[in-house]
Amino acid sequence: MKKFGVRSVIAVPYLWLLVFFLVPFLIVFKISFSEMQYAIPPYTDLVTWADEVLTINLNLGTYAYLINDDLYIRAYMSSVRIAFFATVCALLIGYPIAYAIARADTATRNALLMLVMLPSWTSFLIRIYAWVGILKNNGLINNGLMGIGIIDEPIAMLNTEFAVYLGIVYAYLPFMVLPIYTNLVKLDNSLLEASADLGCAPWKTFLTVTLPLSKAGIVAGCMLVFIPSVGEFVIPEMLGGAETLMIGKVLWQEFFNNRDWPVASAVAIVMLLLLLVPITFFHRYKARELES
Amino acid sequence: MTDTVSSPMLEIRHVTKSFGQLSAVKDVNLAINKGEIFALLGGSGCGKTTLLRMMAGFETPTEGAVLIDGQDVSNVPPYKRPVNMMFQSYALFPHLTVEQNVSFGLKQDKLPKAEIETQVHKMLGLVHMTEFAKRKPNQLSGGQRQRVALARSLAKKPKVLLLDEPMGALDKKLRSQMQLEVVDIIESVGVTCVMVTHDQEEAMTMADRVSIMHDGEIMQIGSPSEIYEFPNSRHTAEFIGSVNIFDATVQHVSPELSQFSCPDLACTLSVEGGVNAVEGAQVGVAVRPEKILMSREQPQQSNNWIKGKVQDIAYLGGHSVYHVELDSGKVVMATTTNMNRHEQRLTWKDEVYLYWPASSAVVLYQ
Repeated sequence: MKKFGVRSVIAVPYLWLLVFFLVPFLIVFKISFSEMQYAIPPYTDLVTWADEVLTINLNLGTYAYLINDDLYIRAYMSSVRIAFFATVCALLIGYPIAYAIARADTATRNALLMLVMLPSWTSFLIRIYAWVGILKNNGLINNGLMGIGIIDEPIAMLNTEFAVYLGIVYAYLPFMVLPIYTNLVKLDNSLLEASADLGCAPWKTFLTVTLPLSKAGIVAGCMLVFIPSVGEFVIPEMLGGAETLMIGKVLWQEFFNNRDWPVASAVAIVMLLLLLVPITFFHRYKARELES
Repeated sequence: MTDTVSSPMLEIRHVTKSFGQLSAVKDVNLAINKGEIFALLGGSGCGKTTLLRMMAGFETPTEGAVLIDGQDVSNVPPYKRPVNMMFQSYALFPHLTVEQNVSFGLKQDKLPKAEIETQVHKMLGLVHMTEFAKRKPNQLSGGQRQRVALARSLAKKPKVLLLDEPMGALDKKLRSQMQLEVVDIIESVGVTCVMVTHDQEEAMTMADRVSIMHDGEIMQIGSPSEIYEFPNSRHTAEFIGSVNIFDATVQHVSPELSQFSCPDLACTLSVEGGVNAVEGAQVGVAVRPEKILMSREQPQQSNNWIKGKVQDIAYLGGHSVYHVELDSGKVVMATTTNMNRHEQRLTWKDEVYLYWPASSAVVLYQ
C-alpha cells in the first residue's frame, strides 16, 4: 500500500516529463529525419506501407545540409557568443546586486527582492518592446541627449548587437540575482569575522571567503541565464534587427517563413545537443557539491 | 603568574557600549595580565560577548578605550589587531582543508612559504591533528573541529587569545575532557587568554581569574575559589553554585564574631569576622549547602542550627542534595557525600537538625 503511494507520488513528475518533454522531443526528432513536402503535415512519413512493402525513409540530408550551409554554423556560434558575453555581463551586474540585498537588514531585504522581481510581473514581450521605444533613433535616449545638446545626430542603438546584449541582461538579470542571493544570504557571518580576525582586509575576505563560498550560486545563476539566452528569439527579433544572427531567429524562419519543418527540427535538435554540454557540467558540479 | 611590575597585556578603561538606548556594557574596567587565563562569566545578555567583541575589534566602544600591550586599539580594525579569536561555532572555512584553515592567517602576513609550513605543522602537532591535515571541516567530529579552530587562532602567535564559549558546541563528556586539554595547550604556548562563558564550571576549571558580569557591569573579579567562598553580592552568590541565604538583622558587631537575628531560626546566627554594617541593618547571611551538616540529634552548639523536615532528596550518585523545610516554610538545601554504600540514610519526612560553624557563613550586603 505504502509502496503504491510512494510510487504514485514519484510517477507525477515522471509522467509530466514524459508527456510534455519526451514525447514532443521524439516527435521533433522524428520530423528532423523526414523530407519537406507541400502538404498537411508539411513533411513526409518515415514509415510507409504500400503494395505490401514497408518502407522506412530516413533522411539524413537535413543534418548534412546544416553542416554544409555555413549560415547555421555561424548562427550557432553567434548565439553561444552572445549568450556567453550576456551571461558575463549579467554576472558582473547581478553579483553586486545580490550581495547588497543579502547584506541588507531583513526589512529592506524583502523590499529589494521585490524590486528585483517586480518587472517580471509585466509581460516579457511588453518589457522588451518598451526598449524599442527607449533605444530607437527618435526614442527616449536619443531625444533626451539631443534635447540637452550633447549629440547632434541620433546614436544608432536599436538593431545592433548592443541592444541584444542589453535586452538579454535586462530580461534575465533576476535569474542571476536570485540564486546568488539565496547562496549569499546563507553565508555565516562568523566566517567573515574569522577572516577579518585572521588578518584579511574586507576586499581580501571577499576574494578568499565570500566568492569561493558563493560558487554554487554563481554557477546556477550563469546556467539559468546562459541556457535560455542561446535559444532566445524575442530579444534578437525585436532589438537586434536583421544584422544579429541567432539560432532562435533561424529556427523561426525555417518553421514559419520557409515552412521547412525537417530543417527547423534538426536545428532544434542540434541546439539541444549544444546545450547538453553546459547542463551536464552543471549537474556534475551539483553532484560534487552534494558529495562534499 | 601575576606579574605586578609589567603593565597588563589587555586593559579595558571605562568602556561603555550602547546600541541605541540600550547599554550592553556599562563603564567596565579590567586589567588582564600577561599569560593569564581570564574568564568573563555571566548569563545571556549580560554584555560579556559584546565586551569580547570589542577586544577583537568587531565592535567599537561608545566610550572608553581598549588597550593591548599598552597601545590604544579602540579604533583599530580586527584585521590589524594582534588578537585572535576562537569562535563559538568555530567558523572554520568549509571550502578549505584543515591545513589551509590553519595557514589562512599566516598567509595574510606574507611569510615565506617554508616558515608557514613549519608553523602549520607545529600547530597541528600541538592539537594532535596532524593526520587530519588534508580533511575538510565537514569530515571532522565536533571535538576535532575545536582543535583545528584552536590551532588556527594560535597560529599567528597572538598577544591575546579570545575564546567565545569555547565548549558551547560540545557534549558534556567531551566538554570536561577538552577543558583541561585546552588549558594545557594555552599554558604550553603561554598566551594571554580571555574567555567568555555562561557555564560556571567551565570558567572555574579553566580560568585563573573569573569576573562575574551582570547587566553590563562587572560584579566581582577574583580567583574561582575567592568568588565561590567570598561572594560580594547576592547575585554572585546565587549565580555561582547553590546557596542558602537567610534574611537577617545585624544584632552585634565585633571583629571576631558578629551576631544576627533571623526569623527563620530559633537561635541567633553567628558569622566569623566583622561586619561592614551598623546594628539593626538588614543583610543576607549565606551558607553553601555542602557546608551544612545534618543529624537526627540536636547539635551541641548554641548558634547556627535549625530544625526541619526532609521534603525532597536529589540522589546524584556521588552526593545527595536534601531539601529541608523549616517551620517558617523556608526550604534549606544541604548536601551529603555518599561515602558508605550500606549507610542508613535520612529519608523523606524525617526530622533533622541542620548546623554549621560560624566560619562557614558569609555576610552579603546587596
